[in-house]
Amino acid sequence: MSLLKEPDFGTPLRPGAATVTVEVDGMPVSVPEGTSVMRAAATSGIEIPKLCATDNLEAFGSCRLCLVEIDGRRGTPASCTTPVAEGMKVRTQTPKLEKLRQGVMELYISDHPLDCLTCSANGDCELQDMSGVVGLRQVRYGAEGENHLELEADTSNPYFDFTPSKCISCSRCVRACGEVQGTFALTIEGRGFESQVSAGGMSFMDSECVSCGACVQACPTATLQEKSVVELGMPTRSVVTTCAYCGVGCSFKAELRGDELVRMVPHKDGGANEGHSCVKGRFAFGYASHPDRVLSPMVREKITDEWRVVDWATAIAKVADGMREVQARYGVGAIGGITSSRTTNEEVYVVQKMVRAAFGNNNVDTCARVCHSPTGYGLKQTFGTSAGTQDFKSVAKADVIVVIGANPTDGHPVFASRMKRRLRAGAKLVVIDPRRIDLVRSPHIEAAHHLQLAPGSNVAVVNAMAHVVVTEGLVDQSFVDDRCEDFGEWAAFIARPENSPEATEVTSGVPAAELRAAARLYAGAGNAAIYYGLGVTEHSQGSTMVMGMANLAMATGNIGREGVGINPLRGQNNVQGSCDMGSFPHELPGYRHVSDDAVRGEFEDLWGRELMPEPGLRIPNMFDAAVDGTFRALFVHGEDIAQSDPNTKHVTSALEAMDLVVVQDLFVNETAKYAHVFLPGTSFLEKDGTFTNAERRINRVRPVMAPKTGKHEWEIVCEIAEAMGFEMSYTHPREIMDEIAALTPTFAGVSFDKLDKLGSIQWPCNDRAPDGTPTMHVDGFVRGKGRFVPTTFVPTEERSTRKYPLILTTGRILSQYNVGAQTRRTANIAWHPEDLLEIHPHDAEVRGIIDGDTVSLSSRVGATTLRATLSDRMPVGVVYTTFHHPVTGANVVTTENSDWATNCPEYKVTAVQVGLRSAVPALAD
Amino acid sequence: MTHTVSPQVRLANEIALQFRGQDVDAAAAKIDRHIRDFWDPRMRADLLHRAETGVETMDPLVVAAVRLLRHQA
Repeated sequence: MSLLKEPDFGTPLRPGAATVTVEVDGMPVSVPEGTSVMRAAATSGIEIPKLCATDNLEAFGSCRLCLVEIDGRRGTPASCTTPVAEGMKVRTQTPKLEKLRQGVMELYISDHPLDCLTCSANGDCELQDMSGVVGLRQVRYGAEGENHLELEADTSNPYFDFTPSKCISCSRCVRACGEVQGTFALTIEGRGFESQVSAGGMSFMDSECVSCGACVQACPTATLQEKSVVELGMPTRSVVTTCAYCGVGCSFKAELRGDELVRMVPHKDGGANEGHSCVKGRFAFGYASHPDRVLSPMVREKITDEWRVVDWATAIAKVADGMREVQARYGVGAIGGITSSRTTNEEVYVVQKMVRAAFGNNNVDTCARVCHSPTGYGLKQTFGTSAGTQDFKSVAKADVIVVIGANPTDGHPVFASRMKRRLRAGAKLVVIDPRRIDLVRSPHIEAAHHLQLAPGSNVAVVNAMAHVVVTEGLVDQSFVDDRCEDFGEWAAFIARPENSPEATEVTSGVPAAELRAAARLYAGAGNAAIYYGLGVTEHSQGSTMVMGMANLAMATGNIGREGVGINPLRGQNNVQGSCDMGSFPHELPGYRHVSDDAVRGEFEDLWGRELMPEPGLRIPNMFDAAVDGTFRALFVHGEDIAQSDPNTKHVTSALEAMDLVVVQDLFVNETAKYAHVFLPGTSFLEKDGTFTNAERRINRVRPVMAPKTGKHEWEIVCEIAEAMGFEMSYTHPREIMDEIAALTPTFAGVSFDKLDKLGSIQWPCNDRAPDGTPTMHVDGFVRGKGRFVPTTFVPTEERSTRKYPLILTTGRILSQYNVGAQTRRTANIAWHPEDLLEIHPHDAEVRGIIDGDTVSLSSRVGATTLRATLSDRMPVGVVYTTFHHPVTGANVVTTENSDWATNCPEYKVTAVQVGLRSAVPALAD
Repeated sequence: MTHTVSPQVRLANEIALQFRGQDVDAAAAKIDRHIRDFWDPRMRADLLHRAETGVETMDPLVVAAVRLLRHQA
């Protein structure tokens, strides 16, 4: 439940036009066929009492409170389970119904604690509300009878309590867990009076519950209640804003008492999440007020010195003077900056503007370099722009869903719930991943094919799928002829024998017959959609793989309508936005190359500064140049490159070699250990601006409290630029968005006012699409014709050897986010206190490793220590770990290998050795 | 392929691998275009310099692309 009441129509919306007209209490109303009487009544403004119904769940008909009378029909049917019929006349308030409802309520209340005045849900309880609505005045059945009032509460979950004594067995929580979340962790145990909600007969913490909060949201009483509400009390105000975790970009209502955030409630009108959430967005916001947060600027001369707290003016002057000093000694190109995908579009925009105009070079890059830069390259080459082609809702129209190198249930859980809903409804699933992710087999879902390929063989597999399409006559020739170019050359290439499934099986390990079946399934579907993650991009051929998937989609005509497409699942909340805003060293906002005189001229005219026409350094190039001595100062905005970037030793050597490192962040992170200036950042609760999610949806981020640091981050960046002699002044972030819109054709129609009016906007948004564009490339590709690009498979140089016989691949886990800086500072740590090395039982046995052993993980560049857990999710020869804890230092072992086109690191393939800690000698290097 | 001292030579060789099997002139033109589109001038200068010194092993396609790069420089 939620403080800010949103309309609840009782049952879900049915698609289609309003063609059925009924009369409710004399009021005519027209609704789509299949709509319930309850929803029709609500549509006409008449609320029928209800307890077990809510409009994000299918009708259940158990509470018997929503009874109505219908002319010409016998009895009192439940309005939630009764569909409308043309000409139906419904009465919702009659003496008979009143008596029935009061009788039902009397029974509920007779087995419910009468502690409303001291209950945590007082004022936010549907049982309490309905007692009033039905006019309950007496309860004839005393508490001395058999009841559930003595049942013990389950307080095991760190975020919410389960108090069964307050449960009315409406099953909303059970249905939310199944229908909305798709986990099916809850059930009703027992029959009749013994019926009880149960987390599978164990505590919530020990159960399969993923703490998404859907059950808490669905509960009409205080049975499932946030601990924060119990402790702090009911919120008093609410602000709609956007989650700052993954690229799904869920909309939330931040509910506060005064300036204290009590809870985050998923917003039903959120375009990305439509009222659903995950454990991170729903509950893990405590980091924003964690005592580790630094709220004042700090400086020091050397990284071995103690930090010294200073005022903002001193810190800003030190940054500006230091940057200018380095440039005076080493040249204009000796400094640069890194933008953050955790910050707003407006903050990213001003950082890249500072670098290009105030620093006077194009040495600006973003953390997308290490995740989705190959998406930018690959989709631009083939389709013409760096953007996922669909909105999230599109998955509901897919007949075949292909998930490649992504683990949505952990990395993008709210989207995964949508996907699982479609899969339960009958769509077929193909998973292409070295690891048996949860989606391969989960409640009511089983992949038709799991192509368990060897790490590093993505391109071989996608080429083989395309080979099947081309050689078995599965090409959508009319789509190709009308919409694409360079097909002939590509088709000749892909039809070569070396691309056949039989040939690639040797490299990929995927049985040819299985691959052929998966390719036929994809090509033969009405609508087939590809969803992918970092298991595609973080390879030496990440960009090639993105182009390979685009080729496959074009060849089968799976682009340009709902239910299809190529969909990157972006990692951080604003990866899409940080790329859109011109964070790459070769592109100005809107993905336009810096060498384009006309485009550059527009920026120069508005900014009043001549801009460099040459690309700048990318992040790995910055590190190389720093070690080389030509790159001497770096502004790092909201990133922890010392933990997140590969080959930690190389990164820290580069940082140590610089004269000035400036870090802006919430916490003194690993990178800040090498910094000379620390500028405290603002959490998403303090920010004012926009994030853009993986479906190109621009969402407002509204401040729920003033910056704890005293300054917005965009203000700080502007002050640094101005201290360096470049005027950059705004009075409000809406002015920054106005400037973005003025200079970026795909954002031309975007403004804060329009966002407030529409809720969110998917770019492109301009004169041709004033309300945005949910589906891309509908009538033509952004570049005109879709372009087929030959994608030769080139095996990575990273191979297993006698010394390093295993291949390490990395991923993430549901409860943690990225390098863990935020989630480690919340109760989410209960689910993942440390990174573990998953190792196949066979690989473990030959090394004498048993579950829980501390092992050494070593590669040719470094070694680290962590605990092993035995798992057959990976094939023999492949090990897996996460990178959420700095103490593990997973990136100590990842190498300098990178994608050939973008320098995106090859995190997903590292040759390693694993051994019992005591049995493995330290590496000489 | 052997690892080289210069990250630029290494990266250029990796780019060249993607275009193997294509016509040499066409491949060299694509590599040249890619490097001019995405590399900072100092990286290009380093590649040209190392091509001149000839110490490090360069893929023949890189050698051909360097000729185009030098022409444009």
